Amino acid sequence: MKDPIENLGELIGWHDPDENRRWIRENKTRAMVDKRTTAAEAIRRFVPDGSLLAMGGFGHIRIPMALVYEIIRQRKRNLTMFGKTAVHDIDLLIGGGCVSRVEVAYAFGHELRGLSPCGRRAVESGQVQVTGEISNAGYQWRFLAAAMGVPFMPVRTMLGTDTLKHSSAKVIEDPWSGKPIALLPACYPDVALFHVHRCDMYGNAQIDGITVEDFELARAARRLVLTTEEIIPHEEIQRQPWRTVIPFYLVDAVIEVPFGAHPTEMPTVYYFDEEHIAHWLEASKTPEGTQKYFEEYVFGVPDFDAYLEKIGGKRRMEELKRIMALQPPSTEEAAL
Amino acid sequence: MTDKPRYNLTELLACVAAGLLENGRSAFVGTGFPILAAMLAQRTHAPGLLIIFEAGGIGPQVPALPISVGDSRTYYKASAASSMHEVMSASQAGYVDYGFLGGAAMDCYGNVNTTVIGEWEHPKVRLPGSGGANDVGSLTWRTIYVMRKQSPQTFVKKLDFLTTPGYLTGPGAREAAGLPAGSGPYRVITQLGVYGFDEATKRLMLLAVHPGVSVDEVQAASEFEILIPERVAVSPEPTDEQLRILREIDPQGLVIGK
Repeated sequence: MKDPIENLGELIGWHDPDENRRWIRENKTRAMVDKRTTAAEAIRRFVPDGSLLAMGGFGHIRIPMALVYEIIRQRKRNLTMFGKTAVHDIDLLIGGGCVSRVEVAYAFGHELRGLSPCGRRAVESGQVQVTGEISNAGYQWRFLAAAMGVPFMPVRTMLGTDTLKHSSAKVIEDPWSGKPIALLPACYPDVALFHVHRCDMYGNAQIDGITVEDFELARAARRLVLTTEEIIPHEEIQRQPWRTVIPFYLVDAVIEVPFGAHPTEMPTVYYFDEEHIAHWLEASKTPEGTQKYFEEYVFGVPDFDAYLEKIGGKRRMEELKRIMALQPPSTEEAAL
Repeated sequence: MTDKPRYNLTELLACVAAGLLENGRSAFVGTGFPILAAMLAQRTHAPGLLIIFEAGGIGPQVPALPISVGDSRTYYKASAASSMHEVMSASQAGYVDYGFLGGAAMDCYGNVNTTVIGEWEHPKVRLPGSGGANDVGSLTWRTIYVMRKQSPQTFVKKLDFLTTPGYLTGPGAREAAGLPAGSGPYRVITQLGVYGFDEATKRLMLLAVHPGVSVDEVQAASEFEILIPERVAVSPEPTDEQLRILREIDPQGLVIGK
């Protein structure tokens, strides 16, 4: 067989599978213990400066925003982020000076809402470094390899492109078909942060709606922190165990944060807060505006509850619930 | 006082794009224009069109225009709310017939850049990157591109960065690189016309111009030479029925415009 074709992207998040097995044996508890904690404590403990960080959810969907704000509040530095379609989260973390490197499937944009002024400013000035390129499916399959404990995943995407050339994949000849095939290296983030619909205090978690990449990412990350709309009794999990997407042994911390995905969407519960996202996109057009936004919504509030009050409190969240349910605005709201 | 035109460019392009989608086939669609076209196809000639979203929505009855590809509306009354692994694997295995994409720039082989303008190391403008585009362009059978701003700056001889594969360097190049055999770009729709790819050379070829557009305008709006066949069709104008349905799908004019 011919020598593999190497590419230019920096290999980040890879471990030898035996090294990772040992790490899991020594560091991940199999005990069903109460993992409830606070956002502040979880970030202090599991997101040290320099971490390789991945977020659950996708784009503006089910993003653990309470934890994003806490990372900014604690002024974490030199994080490397997996841009697995990272949109609002990475934009804020770059603006907050927390992220210095990113591997990009999709970043620096807000889908239909436009490009992100903050992220682009940082990458075009060199403040944030791009370590390499990849595609969405590419990421998802890097996580799948890690979740399976194998060193790579053979795939037929990215071949022949500059996306591949700037990735950490290698190309070999498939020993069966004789055709070229891309090998994506397994990716083990140091820590992944998720927001889920419900879980018990041990971390057994249910997600409603699409899981996107979360099944694989939850199993690939070394540390997994969950915020959840609600903590439910273990008996509720046992009643329908087939609904558990993330079993407890993967989870390191559980924090109950109702509305913890705001201003992103929590499927079936509340819709995007378009006004707030637009407010950020406007504010982040200048470095001064970005800082002012953080003063108001992050440093100016002690915790997520105070933040929620600031963005309109329960009434605003009820409104976003109505939009999710495809209902017209409430008469009270419409009268305002 | 001038009369308001019966339709705008987005409506025309949506009708042209919808016409390419066949009943009983499957299509990866994104938010914005592609979903508009797919919903129109579904409500006219292709009620059995299977709509798939890259984040996991399969076969939804989309109630209102979704804002994101993972928006809960992408799996409203769907057959499945699954995962990216599910739908990307389905595409790699051969289940997805069409994929809809956009791009910042394209070359004559239908290769597309959405990563960077300027050098990769020192970007003049950093664009979002592949996202799922490379996967759609690699793994679906036929890719349809919609580029609203065809010009010598967007139809270019050499891309700054090849994000998503078209026919790469010409006939046989996709297969030689290891991409699935028989897949590739199928149609390109711009504000001026509709293009396909010449079978022998895999180069971009004009198929139709939109009403009121000349062949010269098409060529002038490209840095590379566009193959012009002897017979060039004219895109049909939207029917009143199509326009009524489009406004039903997008009552607020989010994509169509107000």
